[in-house]
Amino acid sequence: MIGALAALLLCQLIGEVLVRLIDAPLPGPVLGMVLMFLFLALTKAKAVEIRATSRRLLSHLLLLYIPAATGIMLHFSRIKSELLPIAVALLVSSALTLIVTVLVFRLVARLTSAGDGEGSKP
Amino acid sequence: MTLPVVGHLWVYLSASPLFWLTATLCAYLIGHEAHMRAGGSPLVNSVAIATAILITLLLATGTSYETYFEGAQFVHFLLGPATVALAIPLYDNFAKVRRALLPIGAALVAGSLTAAGSAIAIAWALGADPVTVKSLSVKSVTTPIAMAISEKIGGLPSLTAALVLLTGVTGAMMAAPLFNLMGIRDWRARGFAAGITAHGVGTARAFQVDDVAGTFAGIAMGLNGLATSIFVPLLVTLLHL
Repeated sequence: MIGALAALLLCQLIGEVLVRLIDAPLPGPVLGMVLMFLFLALTKAKAVEIRATSRRLLSHLLLLYIPAATGIMLHFSRIKSELLPIAVALLVSSALTLIVTVLVFRLVARLTSAGDGEGSKP
Repeated sequence: MTLPVVGHLWVYLSASPLFWLTATLCAYLIGHEAHMRAGGSPLVNSVAIATAILITLLLATGTSYETYFEGAQFVHFLLGPATVALAIPLYDNFAKVRRALLPIGAALVAGSLTAAGSAIAIAWALGADPVTVKSLSVKSVTTPIAMAISEKIGGLPSLTAALVLLTGVTGAMMAAPLFNLMGIRDWRARGFAAGITAHGVGTARAFQVDDVAGTFAGIAMGLNGLATSIFVPLLVTLLHL
């Protein structure tokens, strides 16, 4: 587990350094993910330990958003004073984005015969 | 125990990282348990429950967010390595991803424009402050990218972070019921749309349901960060916001 954590952190570290060196408009961890992907693809490593630790980390991904989400308490007054535009924009825009994205994906998948992507059951 | 002793103890506890780190994990466990007891219902969201518990606790004890974060930062820090860990499901499902490159590209452009455009239009039409409109425009993008774009276009980065999290929880709660209603059974499309709309929270939620959905959500989150950092500054300039 420690080896796997070191590998994940190492990818993130290299990602953060590269992002700063080339002034890329993406966060270091995202570049770190690309690096980890390339490592797996190029070495064809089974990476049993990295695999197990990663899966465990991802299965509780929601936990990791709680500290940031709690920060909403700092903005209660502004959100309250503009509650209507903020609430309507969040709800309607989120619903619209979900609908448009899923429909365009399905439409183009059908047109390009990219399969139906159905698993065992939805 | 006499009251002063309890008082002293609380002064120590409320300021120590140990207490708030423990509280964060316990709040999550309560939220997660509620989610499971509700039969895994997307409407019972563990982040929403945990956040409500923690904010109530912080307000009731008069504890500042800064003090809370000194403990919670250890959990927050793991977001970095967890993002790197997304490479594993991406690698495992790469054949499926490669076959779906065209739908991915088309849905990315459509979804990214819809997310930013509709948020700007609705907030503006309802008379929101321009700073709020700009902060809302990047609401579907993962936090670090959203804050960077927001700062660039004259939004408020910390307000942006709050709106991003609200969007994440909202989107993650709406996605599954909406797709079931629409009769969408394609896990790739469902995951991708959840990732475009609700970034990391949508991705986390997608992984709870299906590995392919989670993979496509993770890809959508990354790509939408890039697309939005191109689209939104353009939109803001075009609309003279």
